[in-house]
Amino acid sequence: MADLALSSPEIAPLKLHVPEPGCRPGETPDFSDFEIPRAGAVPKPAIDASADDMLDLAFSIIRVLNKDGEAVGPWVDDLSPDDLKLGLRHMMLLRAYDTRMMTAQRQGKTSFFMQHRGEEAVSCAFQVALKKGDMNFPTYRQAGLLIAGGYPMEKMMNQIYSNEADPLHGRQMPVLFSAKEYGFFSISGNLGTQYIQAVGWAMASAIRHDNKIAAAWVGDGGTAEGDIHSAMVFASTYKAPIVMNIVNNQWAISTFQGIARGGAGTFASRGHGFGIPSVRVDGNDYLAVYAVAKWAVLRARNGFGPTIIEYVTYRAGGHSSSDDPSAYRGSAEGAAWPLGDPIERLKQHLIRLDAWSEERHVQAEAEVMDEVKSIQKQAEAIGTLTSGHPPSGRDMFEGVYETMPPHLLRQRREAGY
Amino acid sequence: MTQMTMISAIQNAHDLAMEKDDRVVVFGEDVGFFGGVFRCTAGLQEKYGKNRCFDAPISENGIVGSAIGMAAYGLKPVIEIQFADYMYPAYDQIVSEAARIRHRSNADFTCPMVIRMPCGGGIFGGQTHSQSPEALFTHVAGLKTVMPSNPIDAKGLLLAAIEDPDPVVFLEPKRLYNGPFDGHHEKPIVSWSKHELGVVEDDYYITPLGTAAVKRSGEAVTILSYGTMVYVAEAAVEETGVDAEIIDLRTLVPLDLETIATSIKKTGRCVIVHEATKTSGFGAELAALVQEDLFYHLEAPVARVTGWDTPYPHAQEWDYFPSPQRLGEKIIETLEG
Ligand SMILES: Cc1ncc(C[n+]2csc(CCOP(=O)(O)OP(=O)(O)O)c2C)c(N)n1
Ligand SMILES: [Mg+2]
Repeated sequence: MADLALSSPEIAPLKLHVPEPGCRPGETPDFSDFEIPRAGAVPKPAIDASADDMLDLAFSIIRVLNKDGEAVGPWVDDLSPDDLKLGLRHMMLLRAYDTRMMTAQRQGKTSFFMQHRGEEAVSCAFQVALKKGDMNFPTYRQAGLLIAGGYPMEKMMNQIYSNEADPLHGRQMPVLFSAKEYGFFSISGNLGTQYIQAVGWAMASAIRHDNKIAAAWVGDGGTAEGDIHSAMVFASTYKAPIVMNIVNNQWAISTFQGIARGGAGTFASRGHGFGIPSVRVDGNDYLAVYAVAKWAVLRARNGFGPTIIEYVTYRAGGHSSSDDPSAYRGSAEGAAWPLGDPIERLKQHLIRLDAWSEERHVQAEAEVMDEVKSIQKQAEAIGTLTSGHPPSGRDMFEGVYETMPPHLLRQRREAGY
Repeated sequence: MTQMTMISAIQNAHDLAMEKDDRVVVFGEDVGFFGGVFRCTAGLQEKYGKNRCFDAPISENGIVGSAIGMAAYGLKPVIEIQFADYMYPAYDQIVSEAARIRHRSNADFTCPMVIRMPCGGGIFGGQTHSQSPEALFTHVAGLKTVMPSNPIDAKGLLLAAIEDPDPVVFLEPKRLYNGPFDGHHEKPIVSWSKHELGVVEDDYYITPLGTAAVKRSGEAVTILSYGTMVYVAEAAVEETGVDAEIIDLRTLVPLDLETIATSIKKTGRCVIVHEATKTSGFGAELAALVQEDLFYHLEAPVARVTGWDTPYPHAQEWDYFPSPQRLGEKIIETLEG
């Protein structure tokens, strides 16, 4: 039969297959094909289980919070109401920071900004599962790692404003932070590069017989870069102590996730070809993110090697301050996103536990906003991109090398510094 | 004639090329439905279908590598790298493959394709949205390297690049997309709608690769420039009042040495200006060529004004970007030398 088909004169001409998203501008979002397992339905494997023992987990979604705000199933972890309130606070801080910095960008106080709206649980909950000494290799959309890790927000703002107190001396674009002490590797503007570097860092921990682990981060779109393939090969071969995170927020600027994913069911299932245990988690469920992160971190720390975690979430805002998503996706898509809003969901859970209330939440929102505003005031008192004393041109010449070579010294003098 | 920006002129060139030749296919990150983050491919998918204009996965290596395969099949891929700063994952495919396939296979296979990429600074893009990597291409045998400075040239040169039988790297100074920019960032933005070079022929036309343009004729000194630096040179000349000849190279490889030689034989002096870092920049090649061919016509050392040998900075952008003042000082120095 196959032979006949190959030689048949009636064989249809080929045409290029280009995947299309479900909802372009003017269309009604339809997530009816999007299968969401019940909260609590996905089993929790032992930390030493092999990839083969959990193949299904790359095609399901681990969820803890059900639609009534209860925490159910095997992935319910040990977070106390106070831990949860702290988690809620981290996410609210991140959202308030995003709001203020977006506005500051619009006011011309900085050149550029990138927000996290809708994805706050991913980085905020993950950070709580790490220990001091571990290292994140983040993208530009994981500032929650810094906020939950206790990094001073004023420093973040100083960097965004490229002011005199910017730890990076105005060299880097806004939000491309670096904070080694807080386990946060210098962010590159080039997508994907950090993924394999994270594996190398993790291998170094093994080479030195330490127990530190690395966490690599990439978006759905960024997974198409070759560095991600290299990272999976190296992590698999050397059983590197690493958690390999893929934040699937459905969009990569104007390109929907299907362009990077292709015919594979999920991003997580990429791991199967490398024998890496791979799971998917509800990225808008703080409790689920924490539980899965903790499990994967434990696997890495105990020598069971890499884990791939795909966070199923939604980029509720624009890609960056330069982007207007209404040009390429349906405006109602965000509201129709079936996994809801991470802050709202954790709030409901805390209310359910009698540890929180709507009134308390409204009050907390105001408090958090005041707090962020006053930090912003302090940062702006030092300066913004357009006010105060900007970093000197001299800073541009410094730090290219540890010791400035003669040709650069000559150029610095020529430039008048 | 239509008033166009550099963006609409580039879009128009794609459109005419796709209309004329159904082997032309266009793809890259965000290039399809959205029409590119700078909108240089807007409307092409709607007009020519997803078979000929489509979004690519974020893999520059994949974009260039697959384009090479398509070119080998007989198509003419015109691909976009979202920013020149992101071409590095594709560098192996460009240097070891696209550039050499003709030679190594004795033309059994060839690689007619255009690799477009926005380049250069001036938009507070920091080190990953501002680079000028032209010398990384001019150094490679088998590649042609083009950098237009205005809408009329952008259209004609892009059409010439698409017709070319060999791989062409087409660098688009993004700071010029919406208007000429002379380095005076504190002044209001000038738009192409008020510029004679924004008035573009509607029909298909070619600006041949390998031809420079004399932007201003003069007797005192020759300024070799391309991209944004053409306007910085114009501003520097106006501010110093020096009777300089300004040349816009337009194509770096193949280089129009004849126009350069004619000018320098007349002026006896040469200042080279580019945004890219100094060491091993294209200016070094130009200086060497001028010295080799025109040494006995020179009355002063060949001078260079370039970006500094540092990563492109964010906040210190205007300390980095060669200014009319910096160029002006060098022009005066050369006249006195
Ligand atoms: C190597 C490289 N290519 C292209 C870009 C331009 N770019 C920046 S962000 C982005 C989309 C990334 O999408 P995704 O990985 O899904 O992350 P998200 O923005 O959704 O968090 C692109 C194409 C880049 N920064 N680096
Ligand atoms: Mg994404």
